[in-house]
Amino acid sequence: MRRREFLAGLAAGLALPGRAAAQAAEENPIAPLSPVDPKVLAVTKGAPVRKGRVQLTLPQLADNGNSVPMKVSVDSPMTAKDHVRAIHLFSERNPVRDMAAFYLGPDAGRAEVVSRVRLAGSQTVVALAELSDGTFWSGSTPVVVTLSACLDES
Amino acid sequence: MVARVQIPKEAKRGEIIEIRIVIQHPMETGFRRDDVGRPIKRNVITAFSCKFNGAQIFRADMSSGISANPYLQFYTVAQASGEFEFYWIDDEGNQGLEHQSIVVSG
Repeated sequence: MRRREFLAGLAAGLALPGRAAAQAAEENPIAPLSPVDPKVLAVTKGAPVRKGRVQLTLPQLADNGNSVPMKVSVDSPMTAKDHVRAIHLFSERNPVRDMAAFYLGPDAGRAEVVSRVRLAGSQTVVALAELSDGTFWSGSTPVVVTLSACLDES
Repeated sequence: MVARVQIPKEAKRGEIIEIRIVIQHPMETGFRRDDVGRPIKRNVITAFSCKFNGAQIFRADMSSGISANPYLQFYTVAQASGEFEFYWIDDEGNQGLEHQSIVVSG
């Protein structure tokens, strides 16, 4: 009996941190980045980030990480009162993790930017949008990269 | 530095127009080595901006995370006829400037 109780307690103890971690990941809107990531904090200054409104489009599979088409759009009316101020792009695995920042204004009409990015390996790319009301929203997309950029290419 | 800008020549007032630009630039990451194994110095376009009749409408801070020959596509509302000015600068201090005008009717 004693032994059984002990084992049950052990199992519960092991399961708990796992569940806590899963819950934390669900609550973390900028996963896989940490909410206390210095690169992210430099942008948000500690303000909370919410998930949604940002659509980041990248191919599911990229043959060559040197040039991956990227489209980021934010659900926003783009008026003088309510518009997107900036969109920041973060990489999980690149040697330079803050890839780019795009600054828009109410004159943009549409909160969308298209470009081509370099990716050093398969990873999840995160886009963080700063709105004119001071709120932050995020969206992310996983990409599988067959040939990595940056490191050992010729 | 050579760049190609694509914007519509004409637009109606209030129309959302698409601006596309490709800049010829190696966007050297600084992580590569040459044939003899010496590191190649980083040289990327760090700042890009687009102004319309002197007022800034778009700005981008870039790093080695943007591909060589960077391509940017963004939008603006056509409000008046005038000139778009595109400006960028790289790590070596080379600057690029490109102009394109638009006629807005209505």
